[in-house]
Amino acid sequence: MSTPFYVSPEQLMKDRADFARKGIARGRSVVAVQYADGVLFVSENPSQALHKVSEIYDRIAFAAVGRYNEFENLRIAGVRLADMRGYAYDRRDVTGRGLANAYAQTLGTIFSSGGEKPYEVELFVAEIGDEAASDQIYRLTYDGQVADEHGYAVMGGAAEAVTAHLKEHYRSGAALEEALKTAVAALGHTETEDRVIAVDDLEVAVLDRTRIQPRKFSRLAPARLEVLLGGRGETSPSQVHPDPEPPAADPEPPVAPPMS
Amino acid sequence: MSDPRLPAAYLQPGVSSFADFLAEQAPDLLPARRAVPQGNAGDLAPHGTTIVAATFPGGVVMAGDRRATMGNIIAQRDIEKVFPADEFSAVGIAGTAGLAVEMVRLFQTELEHYEKIEGTTLSMDGKANRLAALIRGNLGMAMQGLAVVPLFAGYDLAAGQGRIFSYDVTGGRYEETAFHSVGSGSLFARGALKKLYREDLSTEDCVTVVVQALYDAADDDSATGGPDLARRIFPVVQVITAEGGRRMRDEEVAEIADRVVAGRMVRPDGPAAPLTGPSTGGDAR
Repeated sequence: MSTPFYVSPEQLMKDRADFARKGIARGRSVVAVQYADGVLFVSENPSQALHKVSEIYDRIAFAAVGRYNEFENLRIAGVRLADMRGYAYDRRDVTGRGLANAYAQTLGTIFSSGGEKPYEVELFVAEIGDEAASDQIYRLTYDGQVADEHGYAVMGGAAEAVTAHLKEHYRSGAALEEALKTAVAALGHTETEDRVIAVDDLEVAVLDRTRIQPRKFSRLAPARLEVLLGGRGETSPSQVHPDPEPPAADPEPPVAPPMS
Repeated sequence: MSDPRLPAAYLQPGVSSFADFLAEQAPDLLPARRAVPQGNAGDLAPHGTTIVAATFPGGVVMAGDRRATMGNIIAQRDIEKVFPADEFSAVGIAGTAGLAVEMVRLFQTELEHYEKIEGTTLSMDGKANRLAALIRGNLGMAMQGLAVVPLFAGYDLAAGQGRIFSYDVTGGRYEETAFHSVGSGSLFARGALKKLYREDLSTEDCVTVVVQALYDAADDDSATGGPDLARRIFPVVQVITAEGGRRMRDEEVAEIADRVVAGRMVRPDGPAAPLTGPSTGGDAR
């Protein structure tokens, strides 16, 4: 008779967390910054079609890093949830908190269930209010934890270096132009150099409360970015791993330590 | 929701239509899925009446009167029957008001949902066909007197012009050229449009033409409301161009309606069209 192989729950969770973290760290970072008129999202994303930042509802936006197919599923689920709620009740009854909660429960359940591979994603759910004080940025991690972020937030590969740069240069209540410049500079910042990221490689979107339409989400096209960013000098190519990420070397999710 | 986790169906890729998703997840929320007892239910609820639309170079205008009726009773004097469907289109509705308003809400959500999931808007024909599908689903209700007949108009960014689509209760979709009208006063409105419409209208003149048409509809159809001068209630007018759609401000519509009414004080039947030959273009006012 063989004895079942024992793995302590701590070890099991730690392995799953390491697995998810590794997947997330391969991608490029996404920055969310609060500015005077709302929330600004900036990410380095050469693809014009595969978005990392998207609209969920009138005042709610979504940003993600990690595995594209996984966060795309979550994004679509979020759009469905929001539209369903807005249709069944009213547009004002769709809240970022409700959405963040649904995401947290979903990610948490998948992370701790033995049968499924944990999602290798990290999300921002942002919602703007009528004034800057009521803007919210929620950060959701692969294990379903929710954190309420203030001012700025970074997730993805080089999150630490970018956060360090933002911590130094971020100013609350800045106008769009200043906030954008700070965020783009932070994304290009590493310990060794400060890159100037080409405008075509940037994905930028805002939740802008000054828009007259009820839908406050809008993408900033490269032409507009060129004007806002103006004279930054020579652009330099990215050093980070290309997106979308190559598949992990080990196809089996390490849910338990390998048998020896 | 009892289970806070997103249901599996929400995470399934594939469906980008909100109406189809709703049909699977919450069919009771679809306006067309309600069981109505046998018999004619048409007299139970208010009816909306006349909608007119006309194109002009660079866009399209849609307008609706503000009256809802229940038999001989005026159910509401300031109902709104013309709505933006998305940034570049508008939908106006005649028929059972409650169902129609619900159908417009579903149609608006449908277009926005598609746009968010696919990252691109539907083509003008795609939008018109989706609306046809929603109307087709309502056929059972229509047979029991609860018909909804929309008029759909928008600016086609691909074709670079305003386009108008009309529908029948079976979901038949017909593209109209230049102008069209639906609802109880539509016969009179269409007659007026025929005489007043010309291809080179400016935006303001086009709005004047549709307000004139609504005046004529109200003149001869008891279910269509004319400009309410005492309460200052005027038609809802949507103007859609390449820059997007907007609802004309009440003051702007009031100004045009006041001019139309002033003209009718002098000549109650409205501007006279020349008997023969092409019009000179100045007599639309």
